[in-house]
Amino acid sequence: MRSDRSQSAPLGLKIAATCGLLFLHLPILLIFIYAFTTEEKSYQWPPPGLTTQWLAVTWNRPDVWEALSLSVRVAAISTLVALVLGTLCAAAVSRSRFFGRETVSLLVILPIALPGIITGIALRSAFSLTDIPFSFWTIVLGHATFCVVVVYNNAVARFRRTSGSLIEASYDLGADGFQTFRYVVLPNIATALLAGGMLAFALSFDEVIVTTFTAGQQQTLPIWMLEELIRPRQRPVTNVVAMVVVLVTLLPILLAYYLTRDGDQVAGSGK
Amino acid sequence: MIANEMTPAVSFQNVARHFGAVKAVDALDLDIAAGEFFAMLGPSGSGKTTCLRLIAGFEQPTAGTISIFGERAEGVPPYRRNVNTVFQDYALFPHLNVLDNVAYGLMVKGVGKTERLKAAEEALALVQLPGYGARRPGQLSGGQRQRVALARALVNQPKVLLLDEPLGALDLKLRENMQEELKSLQKALGITFVFVTHDQGEALSMADRVAVFNEGKIMQVGSPQEIYQRPKTRFVADFVGSSNVLPPDFVQRYAGQRRWGSLRPEAIRITRDAGGDAIQARVSGVSYLGASTRLALDTEGLRLHASVPSGSTVPEQGDAIAFTFNRDAIHLMDEAP
Repeated sequence: MRSDRSQSAPLGLKIAATCGLLFLHLPILLIFIYAFTTEEKSYQWPPPGLTTQWLAVTWNRPDVWEALSLSVRVAAISTLVALVLGTLCAAAVSRSRFFGRETVSLLVILPIALPGIITGIALRSAFSLTDIPFSFWTIVLGHATFCVVVVYNNAVARFRRTSGSLIEASYDLGADGFQTFRYVVLPNIATALLAGGMLAFALSFDEVIVTTFTAGQQQTLPIWMLEELIRPRQRPVTNVVAMVVVLVTLLPILLAYYLTRDGDQVAGSGK
Repeated sequence: MIANEMTPAVSFQNVARHFGAVKAVDALDLDIAAGEFFAMLGPSGSGKTTCLRLIAGFEQPTAGTISIFGERAEGVPPYRRNVNTVFQDYALFPHLNVLDNVAYGLMVKGVGKTERLKAAEEALALVQLPGYGARRPGQLSGGQRQRVALARALVNQPKVLLLDEPLGALDLKLRENMQEELKSLQKALGITFVFVTHDQGEALSMADRVAVFNEGKIMQVGSPQEIYQRPKTRFVADFVGSSNVLPPDFVQRYAGQRRWGSLRPEAIRITRDAGGDAIQARVSGVSYLGASTRLALDTEGLRLHASVPSGSTVPEQGDAIAFTFNRDAIHLMDEAP
């Protein structure tokens, strides 16, 4: 094999790579373009004309704001629940040995491995069996099942890479449990929690399947979009919302990427 | 109880620490005097590190009592003991710079910022790392991290400093320097040092007293000279100073008593003439060690090691030789035959 890094890739490979990337990202660009089309009943290519009127229309639609607000609140609370439960669970699994430890680890990860439709049906049956009415909290409950997994996975990986003697060293130097958590554990897992939390937020924010089963009549943003596509009225509004969502979610994802990029060195592996 | 001159720094009374069926430490009695440089020596799994963790408070005894300067230590968490540890892997906090690492103990005790940073600077100067405060632990060499770990412990002015194999990760030259430094630091500060090691050379050269551990028990406690020259058991003779262990039959023939005995390698003299009371042997191994050469001798179904100083003529492998030793050089051990 050649190890010459300056050697240029063959032309065929370059074209294939370019086509692959275009295939992934052109449809997103299409969404952006349709947000400015003058045709409101169907997606017509090429757009007959361009306009910015849909931005204003979207701004003045109360249903958009309601759906957005519900989605943000659900995602925020689900992420918060996931941060607390996921961190505690990760700490237990990686810091101590107990009977059934591997089983607990597997059971925590299971919800994300299961198809969402199973989780959804299971939760819906459970809610109707126990006569719990659909509410904000049933959505949060549904979302927390997979948000916990994301935080747990991030935290458990970081805990494993953090030397256990750091905590003992902190105790040894006179710090009690709370101080040790505040000054040693938290700084060492903070970036992992931030990355896990952002991912959890993003997952919750665009979740459709589990939400359909646990939301009742409430509309989160993705469900609002789905319904909107069926109705041929002010279609570009959906595209405006989609465009804003892409722009707003891209920033935290880039931020999370940069924050965790340098996290590969093992914390406390000092020799 | 008020600590006085006679109160031991650390006292173990009938202490046991069992992990299920494993008796890591079993029925242990030990007094470590205040201001002493004490070494716990033993192979891995002998219970020496568990003992250290019992003093630090990371382990609680299954039975028995531990006192630190006269105060009962069972049930007292590590953060309420006036004892600090230098960890084997140093356990420096990777998210803090060197100065904040050293000041950590003072920070959690609520000492003001200027005061604690000044104390940390002084501690760094004490371990000869002045001006290293702004660096991250990841930017330091192994030897420097070791010094930072030492400063981080000493800045709290502990009554007892525990060192868990602190020199294990360092190369030979650095290790020798650190040995001397630790020793002079301990003398200067007057703090009780308890030091865990599996390296008998390190234990003998640094400690005022040595406890030799095996299988959760202390085999012998004494000064390095006692441990080296008068081992009480075969294990101690074998583990410390690689003495020759002599079986009762052999000892009876040359020392007149039917006991286990030990003979240090340097007490054996190789001779040319096979007459008199010289013992015939065959050289089965020659290892050059620099200052001396180590010979493996096979005689009477026994393998003995002899140490020949450099400069003298050294026999070759396979040579038939004879050796003698001063009868008084045989040390009789307590262990029953």
